[in-house]
Amino acid sequence: MKTTGTSTPWLLSAPALALFAALLLTPLAMTFLLSFNSFSFYGGIENTFGFQNYAEVLSDVYFYEIFGRTFLIAFITTAICALLGLPEAYILFRMKPAWRSFMLLIVLGPLLISVVVRTLGWAILLGNKGVINEFLRDIGLISSPIRMMYTSTGIVIALVHVMIPFMILAVWAALQRQDPATERAAESLGAGPLTIFMRIVLPQAMPGVLSGSLIVFSLSASAFATPAVLGGRRIKMVSTTVYDEFLNTLNWPLGAAIAILLLVSVLTIMLAWNKLVERRYSGVFE
Amino acid sequence: MDQPAFNHGLQMAFLELQALNKRYNNVVAVEDFNLSIERGEFVSLLGPSGCGKTTTLQMIAGFTQPTSGAIMLNGRDLGAVPARKRGLGIVFQTYALFPHMTVEQNVGFGLEMRKIPADERRRRVADALDLVHLTHLGDRFPRNMSGGQRQRVALARALVIEPELLLLDEPLSNLDAKLREEMQLELRRIQQEAGVTTLLVTHDQSEAMALSDRVAVMQGGRLIQEDSPFDVYEKPATSFISTFLGKTNSLAATLERDKAGTTIVIDGTRLSGPDTALAAGPVEVSLRPERIELTDAEKATISGNVIERVFLGDQWLFRVETPIGKLLVMQRNLGRREANVGERLHLSWEPEAMRLLPRGEG
Repeated sequence: MKTTGTSTPWLLSAPALALFAALLLTPLAMTFLLSFNSFSFYGGIENTFGFQNYAEVLSDVYFYEIFGRTFLIAFITTAICALLGLPEAYILFRMKPAWRSFMLLIVLGPLLISVVVRTLGWAILLGNKGVINEFLRDIGLISSPIRMMYTSTGIVIALVHVMIPFMILAVWAALQRQDPATERAAESLGAGPLTIFMRIVLPQAMPGVLSGSLIVFSLSASAFATPAVLGGRRIKMVSTTVYDEFLNTLNWPLGAAIAILLLVSVLTIMLAWNKLVERRYSGVFE
Repeated sequence: MDQPAFNHGLQMAFLELQALNKRYNNVVAVEDFNLSIERGEFVSLLGPSGCGKTTTLQMIAGFTQPTSGAIMLNGRDLGAVPARKRGLGIVFQTYALFPHMTVEQNVGFGLEMRKIPADERRRRVADALDLVHLTHLGDRFPRNMSGGQRQRVALARALVIEPELLLLDEPLSNLDAKLREEMQLELRRIQQEAGVTTLLVTHDQSEAMALSDRVAVMQGGRLIQEDSPFDVYEKPATSFISTFLGKTNSLAATLERDKAGTTIVIDGTRLSGPDTALAAGPVEVSLRPERIELTDAEKATISGNVIERVFLGDQWLFRVETPIGKLLVMQRNLGRREANVGERLHLSWEPEAMRLLPRGEG
């Protein structure tokens, strides 16, 4: 054996790196190259190089609308997840251990079920002849059904359900790092329960909320199953548009360009967000 | 301020714990606990972990409700007062500083809760930081401070609200040995400068003795002795206290009395005993290692071979095999070579150095 100290880590991580390169980097690079090819309705994909796909996306209001809707839905989903997940994580945190593990199981349980199954569940609930509308009509609250399927609201509701465990886990981790005596210290100094939550617990949980937001936002912006089932053709998001370009229009290069644009924009937002968080909290938390 | 209240015709002490009890389901944490603390006094609650000292502190602080009993502070019954209205200064074992606030914001938090105007708040925070010698670190975050500095911030935060009572929960246990000694002196100075009545909870006997005017020793949820540090050390009420506070040689013995005085019999060896009120019969002898002197063969009370020797720098610690058992002997380091393992040592002590305790207690 003639392995030097510096090459050992590389050798040890080589299998993982090879897998990573084969399964992630290669398709990504191929998608990137594909986005510069051209497409004609009769000739199919032609191996040319040009920016025409990007130009098409960036010059068409139709795509701006889809991108805008995607980020708005992702943003609202993130905000709702933060608003619901933070108190939920805190309540879990304050529970007696036996109850807590049971409730955590309930929170994380949905992660064990496929997103598609869960979304179809929502479709059953939200449809015009779905459980919610039938119920509201039967008790006489509404005469015609409220439209929830194929609306942004429906997508947001289902996305929140899918994403909230990630937020709760992130906040939970932040709360675990917090010294429980800080709440007592604040209490002994004269703070009431609301002040303690707002001034002591919330700021300490904030790094968790922010990292949870990062996860939820990026997963929501690139979510496919939920918008596909609940939005259909009517409420298009970027991921469903890419899918349509690839499988319906068969314009792979255009789909690739949209996918790359989604990747770049989500990455930019995430990095900017992360930078902001780091600047705000460096020196405060370890 | 309230008029001093009277109880059973006697004037009450500043802080009175009256017949405090705390049970968790069927487990007794604190039992029939009575303690009085005068204004300005520094009292320690000392005991091993699980003795109920922390529960007692939590009940005074208001974080735990007593099962029965009363806590009277300056004539006021704290029973129905929630923790946040008790106005006590508390220093937690972990310091519990708010990590997202600067030192100044930490210290000012209690004043802010009391709606003290900003400029007065600034002045009082500055005074408190001055008291703990941290004036220059006001805008730091706790994470960028050493353990000793965090400790001072926690003290300043507790003192700035001018509490009637300062509660210290194992405040020095997270510091390393050298810093701990330094902070002991510092803590005492700050307490005296602030003139605040203080209750310290600790399992560290040297901390309790160095800091307090009085030590209250707890065991199994009960108060077993309450005295000055010197008296607790020199006149332990039970053999548990004599072994818990400092080192001691505990020997099972029989006490005999005659006209001339008392005799201690240990394993057939007869030694002249101290004056005592105890009746003849089985007793326990507590003999502190520092009270045993090294001497010549003819003056020796007893002799034996060294079976263990430890050099502590300022002291030598010997374990000596003698006819009355293995004795721990402490000898000040005089800069000369001391007996090695296997060598013979001649020991002597004053009869009064033997503290007699009724056998079978503690």
